[in-house]
Amino acid sequence: MSAVLPVPLATTESPPGPRRVLPARWMDSAFEWLTRFFAFLVFSLLAAILVTLVIGSQPTLEKFGVGFLFSTDWDPVQEKFGALVPIYGTLMTSLIAMLIGVPVSFGIALFLTELSPAWLKRPLGTAIELLAAIPSIIYGMWGLFSFVPFMSDRVLPWINDHLGPLPWIGVLFRGPPLGIGMLTAGIVLGIMVIPFISSVMRDVFRTVPAALKESAYALGSTTWEVVWKVVLPYTRSAVVGGIFLGLGRALGETMAVTFVLGNAHQLSASLLMPGNSIAATIANEFTEADSDIYLSSLIALGFLLFVVTLIVLAIARLMLHNLARREGR
Amino acid sequence: MQSPRGLIFRRRASNLISKLMGTAATLFGLSWLAWILVVTLINGARALSPRIFTQITPPPGSDGGLANALVGSTLMSVMGVLIGAPLGIAAGTYLAEFAERRPVWRETIRFVNDILLSAPSIVLGLFVYTIYVRQVGHFSGIAGALSLALIVLPVVVRTTDETLRLVPNMMREAALSLGIPRWKVTVQVLYRAALPGILTGVLLGLARISGETAPLLFTALNNQFWSNNLNGPTASVPVVIFQFAMSPYDAWHSLAWAGAFVVTMVVLVLSVGARAFLLKNRMDANA
Repeated sequence: MSAVLPVPLATTESPPGPRRVLPARWMDSAFEWLTRFFAFLVFSLLAAILVTLVIGSQPTLEKFGVGFLFSTDWDPVQEKFGALVPIYGTLMTSLIAMLIGVPVSFGIALFLTELSPAWLKRPLGTAIELLAAIPSIIYGMWGLFSFVPFMSDRVLPWINDHLGPLPWIGVLFRGPPLGIGMLTAGIVLGIMVIPFISSVMRDVFRTVPAALKESAYALGSTTWEVVWKVVLPYTRSAVVGGIFLGLGRALGETMAVTFVLGNAHQLSASLLMPGNSIAATIANEFTEADSDIYLSSLIALGFLLFVVTLIVLAIARLMLHNLARREGR
Repeated sequence: MQSPRGLIFRRRASNLISKLMGTAATLFGLSWLAWILVVTLINGARALSPRIFTQITPPPGSDGGLANALVGSTLMSVMGVLIGAPLGIAAGTYLAEFAERRPVWRETIRFVNDILLSAPSIVLGLFVYTIYVRQVGHFSGIAGALSLALIVLPVVVRTTDETLRLVPNMMREAALSLGIPRWKVTVQVLYRAALPGILTGVLLGLARISGETAPLLFTALNNQFWSNNLNGPTASVPVVIFQFAMSPYDAWHSLAWAGAFVVTMVVLVLSVGARAFLLKNRMDANA
């Protein structure tokens, strides 16, 4: 190093004048403003989406008012629209998805952090994450041609026979074994959210300080007790955040649901019956909407969906953010 | 009060059960992956033929291929990345490099970006439909590419932001102390150091949009014929799969499977490749 240094020090002939400095400063602030502009663009995108959807759904909100939310009408001919059927379908399929996705994701995260041999962790983690990489249209095709026949031949007759006669909840499980319907859509959604929830859970489980877990083990805890009484309480808010992240995905998922839900505009108690969801209604009917009020009703559905997922995702991010802050990241 | 032996038995039993359930859950998750991949690959391989790449989508009842849809998908995806990635890199650069004096603002943008990252893609399609398709008056491949760009954007913002933050501060200080202006430090030093991460983000974004269907349904629509005009309705593989799979014709089903095969392979190669690429670069950097 010292052999090189004297050379630049010796050249004192031309000190950098303002002409050499100014262009650089000008470029500096131009570059900074450019990046700032695009960052602002990202920020304003969210607002722009909200504003366009509100404007687009204006005719529907004016014509039907709050009643839009509680009406089961969906009659393009008489131009009467209500959102209750798709809202129910979206919430119900997402609920089924969470009932399946959350426990399974927890099990996977438990396996990947506590049980799996070290050499297996990375390939297994990647394989589970591949479930998220598969496009939803592929889930849809597989669902329609492979999973729906499986449900109607094997699973649904069994459910009809064994869960149908139960008091109270039996009504949910009685119906023709069509294969297409709420339950099938919910199960497919459940599989689709597993990679999102389990990868968040795995990542936050890893952040638990080894000293905490080792102390519990040293007191004689079993693996299960360490996970249930040390790891889970420590990561509770982030785990909830991960679950909400999965819920946000499930609510907005479109193609897979469109294939297996049946596009039937009816409200039925049975989970075996076809239904509709917000996203599937928009996907199926948007290009067929021939009147302004029809189009506007579909945009209003989109607005509803966006607001609900926005709230769910915001909760998810806030919960996850708390953990990041505690870690000092 | 339980006897100590009963207590320990119960604790061991619940421990064993939880371990078994964890293993079962992992096998459960993997079995779905295997089922989906096997079904797609077997049905797809059966339907695959050179025709797929040379002929255009047929009318019901006759044979054909997916050439126009493949070209449309490629064009729109590439255009989506070309629009979304530079914007995302610029915005990510601001978050990582220029926003330290405005932490609230910076965190707000990160928060908004994270929400856009998981926002339902069909809503992005509605947005592009309202601000572009409706104003122009017709469906077009450009509108499709725009909605895909909106999906790439948050992915690239996030990865750029994260990888630039991983670049050691020493590198910035060393470069700045040589008198290099800040923009040059960013472009020629920091981008070079962060390139693997940024590229991974772009590849993951590309993987995500190659199979994306929902936002294309009412932006690019579909086109049964060959078209070089991106300013008109444009076919894409996922939308063709949707249309053909929902139809009652066997020939169309078979083409849909072939399309599913191609999409799945592209997405898997891109996302596994992006991960492997990042891993290799991290290892090289550590070595």
